[in-house]
Amino acid sequence: MAALGFAASGGNWFSALVLGVTLLKCLLIPTYHSTDFEVHRNWLAITHSLPISQWYYEATSEWTLDYPPFFAWFEYALSHVAKYFDEEMLNVHNLNYNSSKTILFQRFSVIFTDALFVYAVHEYSFPVQRLFVRINAALHCTVISDGSVRWNSFSYARFISLGLIVFLVSALSLGPFLALNQLPQVFSRLFPFKRGLCHAYWAPNFWALYSALDKVLSVIGLKLKLLDPNKIPKASMTSGLVQQFQHTVLPSVTPLATLLCTLIAIAPSIFCLWFKPQGPRGFLRCLILCALSSFMFGWHVHEKAILLAVLPMSLLSVGKARDASIFLILTTAGHYSLFPLLFTAPELPIKILLMLLFTTYSISSLKTLFRKEKPLFNWMETFYLLGLGPLEVFCEFVFPFTSWKLKYSFLPLLLTSAYCAVGIAYAWFKLYLSALTDPPAGKTRKQ
Amino acid sequence: MEKWYLMTTVVLIGLTVRWTVSLNSYSGAGKPPMFGDYEAQRHWQEITFNLPVKQWYFNSSDNNLLYWGLDYPPLTAYHSLLCAYVAKIINPDWIALHTSRGYESEAHKLFMRATVLIADLLIYIPAVVLYCCCLKEMSSKKKVANALCILLYPGLILIDYGHFQYNSVSLGFALWGVLGVSCHWDVLGSLAFCLALNYKQMELYHSLPFFCFLLGKCFKKGLKGKGFVLLIKLACTVVASFIVCWLPFFSEKEQTLQVLRRLFPVDRGLFEDKVANLWCSLSVFLKIKDILPRHTQLIISFCFTFLSLLPACIKLTLQPCPKAFRFSLVTCALSFFLFSFHVHEKSILLVSLPVCLVLSEIPFMSTWFLLVSTFSMLPLLLKDDLLMPTVVTVMAFFIACATSFSIFEKTSEEELQLKSFSISVRKYLPCFTFLPRIIQHLFLMSVITMVLLTLMTVTLDPPQKYPDLFSVLVCFVSFLKLLFFLVYFNIVIMWDFKNGRNQKKVN
Repeated sequence: MAALGFAASGGNWFSALVLGVTLLKCLLIPTYHSTDFEVHRNWLAITHSLPISQWYYEATSEWTLDYPPFFAWFEYALSHVAKYFDEEMLNVHNLNYNSSKTILFQRFSVIFTDALFVYAVHEYSFPVQRLFVRINAALHCTVISDGSVRWNSFSYARFISLGLIVFLVSALSLGPFLALNQLPQVFSRLFPFKRGLCHAYWAPNFWALYSALDKVLSVIGLKLKLLDPNKIPKASMTSGLVQQFQHTVLPSVTPLATLLCTLIAIAPSIFCLWFKPQGPRGFLRCLILCALSSFMFGWHVHEKAILLAVLPMSLLSVGKARDASIFLILTTAGHYSLFPLLFTAPELPIKILLMLLFTTYSISSLKTLFRKEKPLFNWMETFYLLGLGPLEVFCEFVFPFTSWKLKYSFLPLLLTSAYCAVGIAYAWFKLYLSALTDPPAGKTRKQ
Repeated sequence: MEKWYLMTTVVLIGLTVRWTVSLNSYSGAGKPPMFGDYEAQRHWQEITFNLPVKQWYFNSSDNNLLYWGLDYPPLTAYHSLLCAYVAKIINPDWIALHTSRGYESEAHKLFMRATVLIADLLIYIPAVVLYCCCLKEMSSKKKVANALCILLYPGLILIDYGHFQYNSVSLGFALWGVLGVSCHWDVLGSLAFCLALNYKQMELYHSLPFFCFLLGKCFKKGLKGKGFVLLIKLACTVVASFIVCWLPFFSEKEQTLQVLRRLFPVDRGLFEDKVANLWCSLSVFLKIKDILPRHTQLIISFCFTFLSLLPACIKLTLQPCPKAFRFSLVTCALSFFLFSFHVHEKSILLVSLPVCLVLSEIPFMSTWFLLVSTFSMLPLLLKDDLLMPTVVTVMAFFIACATSFSIFEKTSEEELQLKSFSISVRKYLPCFTFLPRIIQHLFLMSVITMVLLTLMTVTLDPPQKYPDLFSVLVCFVSFLKLLFFLVYFNIVIMWDFKNGRNQKKVN
């Protein structure tokens, strides 16, 4: 009987959890899929049907290849499995092809490749010390027993080997395109500056607050007759389209400006990591700060990019109570900001239920973990998190039935982005504060 | 506090699984002219909203009883009326008399699914949560795990949220009844059970254990004193609740009779379609429907049913305790399912609910039973295009039970509640020690046959000579297993309850 049950013993909860989550993903197969579905089908078709030289030039579909070459290789590998499901999806001219077998393949490919993520989580969760040692080694900083940090084991050999790894991986990825003299084309696809400061739905970053302020000021200005209606561009930034726009009241933002802002934002954390190393936690924190800063000030940021900060933050959250509270604010605001992406009615209960499920579980488990310390949230933070409820009720249940729907159709999106941007900025700020004010690891760590 | 957070998480998981299953197809989707149970429910909203009460159960030009005529008791009708009022606000086309026949749209599907979810959330789910919280001699984590397993039971989810029905209402009321009666709130418990009965007449399967348990309690309290008072109180509660529910139909004798005729269609035959009970399985070899006259069929089925459930009921009346009550619910409902007249395959849910309640006591056998009960409905689920949700929910349920209860470690005689029985048998057969091993092997064989049959039904085409081959095989195999469970649960009641109160609960 023991051979029958992999989850036979109650202790094998990790496998049960992984299987449970995988099964939940299977239940989501018949749900709504966005244009990203067609994007990836197109990329499967491009990489399968066309030679490499055409990959970054192909433009039959509007969804051109705009991820780096490794992703293109990944799609190429997938396409060889796809052909057993439905060959028609691999035809470049079959735009918006979505037979049931195509949907099944695409969904399963996501579920299946999540295995890598599961493996990473497993490796992190269980042999934690092992991972920290690996990170430590990669940083080339060794803390000596006398508590001072020295570049004792700074080994030129290891530095060169790191550099070689980076070089080789990049060479593998970009090499073929370098050989074909296509690098400028590849980069123009990867970094489309014509796409505008904000994505179709505003990512909840600094520019969302900036644009929201601009919008509010322009509406006030029009009402008070301070602005000339004829000079204002017709299409608004909040119409849900991907285009380049100018701001009305505040100065317009250029890509260069966003680059500078981002660099200024990440500089302190980089210097902190360089000169005041705090061990693996410090590295992770710097990673999160860089991701968050790029999210806050980057050009044409997708709201999905918040996951680049949320996921590493979850690793940090179990260490200290302060990190736990930052994580909870970041993740709740971050997840809520993704709600406008799933705008269809059947998916409304699913997104609310999943959000509630994750939030309830993470708050309760972190509260239990840090029950001996002071409460995780102060009154301001509690108020902010609770405010998400009324916001959701207003945006999804009240607003569609009001007369504002026609005149101010952008309002729910603007409110969502702005509200989440406040939370995310607050989390970013608090995290920065903890990075800058924490003592270096050498002074507190026992050998 | 932590227990409530975990319980909330479990309820949210249950709701998420329910709603994601409801995104799939429903019974009779896109299949004119009759469609299916989904259309039946919509049609009842149409009838109850547009016609006066007196015409609900009668055949007329506005109400063609052959097209999904009302055949559930009045509470279902009132519930449909309530939903119809909401539908009227959103889109009157959904319930317009005559013209809304066969109405199908994404918005309407959302509405109908939402009504099921709300009814579930208000009635069934709180009952499950409260039941698990009231379980004795269990850590909070185990209580929460128990709730998770019950809420993940695939059969109920697939039928209510896939096929489309409102079983969670009647089963929820029945569960409130069980809770009330087990916690000595007898009057409230009986009231809840009467509501369940007035929602679906199939709850009669549970009525005998309720009756015997309450009667036993009255006897125990002494029929000359408190017991008599309790008896009167219960009788009044039952009568009053029936009067309130049936009030519009008591005005004329013909009304009452017509409703009864619709609820108990004795003309419809011993069985309809394929169902995992004795008569359908017997008809594979012997066409009973053709051989015996109608009233003989009725008498034979009556005798079989009552003979098989009598021992447990008598024992319950003489020794009323909550544990015996729960197990009697299982055996009585199972007897009715296997031997009674005109049973639907969905009626297995009436047996599954009590089995869910004993999940914590005999996790291995209960999990096995609940898997078999879902499997027995496979032909119906496949007809509704629900293969993927079926496979996923069954696997999720199995994993939840296996992890929460470590079922494969609980297969000893004592854990299977077969110790007294084995000891008695060993008086005559000293070598009778192999029962757990036999049961383990039977389980393995059962799982293999279920998986194989599912694969065959899904991938192969039946031979032209026997187009129903796979459905019949599924029903026949399920019947044999259910018969085994009937014997098992009866043994547990008759033998192991001798020392009922002295037994430690193994958790």
